[in-house]
Parts: sequence; C-alpha cells; structure tokens
Amino acid sequence: MSAPLLSVENVSAFYGSIQALKGVSIEVADKEIVTLIGANGAGKSTLMMTIFGQPRAREGRIVYEGRDITQLPTHEIARLRIAQSPEGRRIFPRMTVRENLQMGAEIDGGQHFEADLAKVCELFPILAKRIDQRGGTLSGGEQQMLAIGRALMSRPRLLLLDEPSLGLAPLVVRQIFEVIAELNRQGMTVFLVEQNAFHALKLAHRGYVMVSGSVTMSGTGRELLARPEVRAAYLEGGR
Amino acid sequence: MSAPASTLTIPGAVRDALKVGLITLGLSIPILAVRTDQNLSNQIVLLPRWGLVASAVGIAIAVRLAYLLLAAVRQARGGALIGSLGVRLPAQAGTMFARAAVVFLFLYPVIALSLAGTGGAVKWIDNFGIQILIFIMLGWGLNIVVGLAGLLDLGYVAFYAVGAYTTALLGKTFGLSFWLCLPLAGILAAFWGIILGFPVLRLRGDYLAIVTLAFGEIIRLVLINWVPVTNGYAGITGIPRPSFFGVPFNASDQGFSAVFGLPFSPLYRTVFLFYLILLLALLTNWVTLRLRRLPVGRAWEALREDEIACRALGINTTSTKLTAFAIGAGFGGFAGSFFAARQGFISPESFTFMESAVILAIVVLGGMGSQVGVAIAAVLMIGGTEILRELDWMKEIFGSGFDPTQYRMLLFGLAMVLIMVWRPRGLVSTREPSIFLSERRAVSGAHVREGHG
Repeated sequence: MSAPLLSVENVSAFYGSIQALKGVSIEVADKEIVTLIGANGAGKSTLMMTIFGQPRAREGRIVYEGRDITQLPTHEIARLRIAQSPEGRRIFPRMTVRENLQMGAEIDGGQHFEADLAKVCELFPILAKRIDQRGGTLSGGEQQMLAIGRALMSRPRLLLLDEPSLGLAPLVVRQIFEVIAELNRQGMTVFLVEQNAFHALKLAHRGYVMVSGSVTMSGTGRELLARPEVRAAYLEGGR
Repeated sequence: MSAPASTLTIPGAVRDALKVGLITLGLSIPILAVRTDQNLSNQIVLLPRWGLVASAVGIAIAVRLAYLLLAAVRQARGGALIGSLGVRLPAQAGTMFARAAVVFLFLYPVIALSLAGTGGAVKWIDNFGIQILIFIMLGWGLNIVVGLAGLLDLGYVAFYAVGAYTTALLGKTFGLSFWLCLPLAGILAAFWGIILGFPVLRLRGDYLAIVTLAFGEIIRLVLINWVPVTNGYAGITGIPRPSFFGVPFNASDQGFSAVFGLPFSPLYRTVFLFYLILLLALLTNWVTLRLRRLPVGRAWEALREDEIACRALGINTTSTKLTAFAIGAGFGGFAGSFFAARQGFISPESFTFMESAVILAIVVLGGMGSQVGVAIAAVLMIGGTEILRELDWMKEIFGSGFDPTQYRMLLFGLAMVLIMVWRPRGLVSTREPSIFLSERRAVSGAHVREGHG
C-alpha cells in the first residue's frame, strides 16, 4: 500500500481537561471505505471533528495528501477537498435545498455548480423534487441526503460521514449506504463513523473499533464482523 | 365573560357588549369618577370626572362589540381571521408593493405640500418622512447584522453615534463639508464595527447581546465624559448643514433660494434632506439585496443557520462575521452622519439604549431578514409614536391633563405583544430565496417589459 490519503498519528484531543481521544492512530487509503464504529461517547465524532481541527489535536499529527494539516483552521482544511456531513446533519433549515447545495459549492466559487447539482440530483432524485423547498421542511432521510449532497458539491476527494444512519428508517439507511458504495465505485474515498456496526462493516473495506477514546481493534470489515467481541458488543447486544 | 357562542346574533352581541359596559361603569365609579384635590385652604375637594367615566364605558363597549363581531366573522370563514390576514400573496406582490412604496416616497413631499400647504408640510416631511426614513435605514443596517448574519446586536446605536460625532467633530474642527464627512463617518463606524467584532467572535446569542449592549453604553459614556472633545452632556452645536452641491440653504445671496431665484423658505432644505435620506436608505437596501446574492451574503445567512456547518463547508466564519459587523455598522454611521447634519446639534441623549431597542424592535417586528417587513415596521413604530403628538383632540375626552405621548411606551409594548402573538416571526416572515430558477426568469421578464432588457 502506498502512502495513505489520510493518516491520523497518535492523536490526543481534549474538551477542557477531559481527554476525549487517547493517542488514536488510523489510516485511510485512497479509494477506500473505512469505518469507525463504537458505542456512544467513545470519541468517534470527536475524531472526525479533530480531523477538521475542532477540537484541535493537542498531541500527534494529522497528515492528508502528505501534508500536515494538524494546525490548519477548519475552513482551510475544508478547502483541501475534504468534505464532511456532520453529525445531526446540520443543514441550513431556512434556506432552500438549492441554496444549501450552493453553500457546499462555495469553496471554488460555484464554478461547477450546475453540473454538480445535476450529479447530486441523480444520486438523490428526491432532492430534485424538493429543490426549492426549505431545508427544514424535509424529512430526516431527505435531510441526511441533503447533508451528503451538500458535502459532495465541493468535489471532495475524501468524504467524512458522521452517522448518516442516525434516526432513519431501515429502508432509507439502505438507500444511503447504496449511494456511499456507488460513490466509492466512482473513486471517492470515504471515512464513515457509524453506530450501525452491521451495515457499516459490511460496506467498508476496513474498520476500526473505538472504545473510550482509543482504537482497540482494526481489520477488514469481514474480519471485524466475524470477531466475537465485536458481535457481542455491537451486534447481538444492540439487537 | 364566556367565549362567544357559535350561534351569535347581532342583538345578542349588543346585549353582551352593554353588559360589559355596565360592569365597566360599576368599576369606574369608585376608581375614575371623582378625583381628590386640595384647594388653596388645604381642604380636600372632589372633582367629578364623568366625561372620563363615559369614555371608559364607551371604549369597553366598543372593544367588546368589535371582539364579538370579529369572532363571528372568523367563525363564518371557518378559519382564524388573523391567519386570513396573512394570506399568501403571489411572489410578485412584494416587489410590486415595494415599487409602489418607492414611487410614493419620491412623490411624498409633493403630496404633503399640496395637502398641508407650505406651512404644514415641513412638519409632515420632517417629523414623519425624514424621521421614519432614518429609522428605516437604521433598521436595514441592523438587519444585515441581526437578520441576515444572526448576530444579536443590542448596541447598534453606538455606530449611529460614531457616525454622528464624526460628522460633527470633523465638520466643526476642520471645517470639512457634509459631503466629505458622510463617507468618513461610514468608514469610521465600519472600523468600530470591526473593533467590536473581534472580541465577540466567539460569542453568540445572549452572550453576544450582553457584550454589544455594554459596547453601546461604553460609547455613550465616553461621549458624556470626554468633555474636552465631545462637550459632554451639552453636546455639539453648529454642525455644518449639507449644501446642495456646494450651494448652501440660507438666506444669503449665494444661498439656494437666491441662486434659483426663489423666495427664501426653510422648506427647500427639508425637502432636500428628505430626498437625501431617501437615497441613502435606498442605497442601503440596494447594497443589502446585492450582497445577499453574493457569496458573502449567502455565508451570512448560512452562519445564522449553523455556524459549525459553515466552517465544515470551508467558510471563514471570522471574516464573515466581521464583514457583517462592518457593513452593518457602516450604514449606521451613514445614518448618524445624516442625523447630525440634519439636526445641526447632537448630544449623547440621542444615543441611549432606548434607540438601540427601538431599532432592534423594528427588525424583529418586521421579520428578521425581510427588507419590506423592516420598512413597514419602521413606519408603524416611528410613525405611530409621531402620530401620538397629533392627538391633542383626545384632551377633549380625557381632560386637559391627558398627554397621549406619555402612553408611547405602553402602546409600543402592546403593539409588540400583539404582533408576537399574531405573527411570531415578524410581519413579513417569508424569506425570499437568493437563488430561484423559475423566479429568476420572471424577474428578467419584468425587466424586459420595462425596457431594461
């Protein structure tokens, strides 16, 4: 394997005096789907936000495309073609779907807006129907699609997704995971933070398991799915 | 009193209203009917006030009757009456209304002159026209900060003050003309906007409101206490008045009237000031509308919605906030500069927290982010308080001690409560998308029709 697209090396992060990440190391190679699973409060979302510089890593470093991005401000990181769909979707509720997508295209001044809009609408046809509707009037699933679509508008190389299945019906979850797989087939690298371990591990090439701020296990998706500890903690227990 | 029954008849409503009148009469006899006073020999005398009792009863009956009839109409329509007032108008109605309003404003001095005559028109143009337009402009300026960027600013009057004092001090000390002071005042106010912006970058909501409130007070206290420069409470007098492209408005041979061969009248300056503030306000509106379609304007709105999402999308929230503060403050400064030049005299008393509260109330009542809504709210609030000065005839009813202007704050509060109950998102709560494919076509079509295309 050549140098990874993104590597997180021994990163520690704090909220005040509480240590949320304890020397976490993960790697995401080009054109890979990597998932990070773990229970509530394990630090999954913190790791994703730390990659974006909020909170900033106090120790360790984060390297993207061979460049140390640990100290870059959040908006600069976003300009390096890393896009994220944050936890809880965080779409702009009073703005229309089109405006939401337009905000995603703001990084390069919206030059490819029309073309990318068509692409996103192809991936999520429902967004085309809702295009001039306020974001806040969409259903949870549609909002999640909008959040992913908005992230895609910046033509990212690496897509970070934080719990895209949160609070959604199984059918919608499957639809979203199919889109993630399709994006990956088209060459997108995806880093997926999930609680829905079964779906995530089935989809991902590789996975990491996080427990209270540290990575405890890693391996291919299939491997992790077969591990009895993973099954006990995240699959059977959760059923 | 029970809620109106579904089978409401007119005689029933009248009977109900008369009952309310009787109750009011019973209540007002001990409370209102006699007033105790002392005569010269310190004896208590009772002054009967039957007129007051009669008017109280009359008002109670009228209000109850109106309430019952409105409720009946509402039931007949099968929906909330207030809801029907907020019917969805076609998208172009707002634009048409705005255009009609602008045309009306340009004709306003002519209308006022023809209706009220030369003597009466000054009051209508100055007290109503100019005063309302100043607050429309301030409302639009604050709308950038509060309505678009979502940064709750309780100290906006500080920038108004900076603009006014800049014009006053530069004009008096260095003899700069108003036309030079106006841009300088805007730039300085924008500069102060950035100075306020930096320390509050990390704050939002209530915390931001408190800090901006304190900032407004600091500016006012500096103006009061820095006597060598600002002359403290006494204020600054003799601020240079704006000239008509170099021609002053005075009675001299070089004055406006003499140059244009007209008889001297203070009216010309008033009309000129009216058009000046009208153009300044329209400039504010035009700039805001343009900015909303630019990346910075969209970023403001996105910032109002979700700051974290903004950062994740690569938006520099620091510069976005600072531009909102600076541009909003800049328009406050322009308005302040105009205010100083119009009054010719300013003192810290014009820049109290009350002014900030009124401007913020205009923005909130109008509907945050809505330009038309803010303008309507400014007309209602400022026009309403000015109208109170015209209500001397009410003394006939309530006695000579009655001063309608004293009820200003009471009515102000009542209006706010009512609007917040009926239209909690402000008078104009619909937000026009900044990008709208079908709409854009309609707009370009309209342009072609008017010969712009």
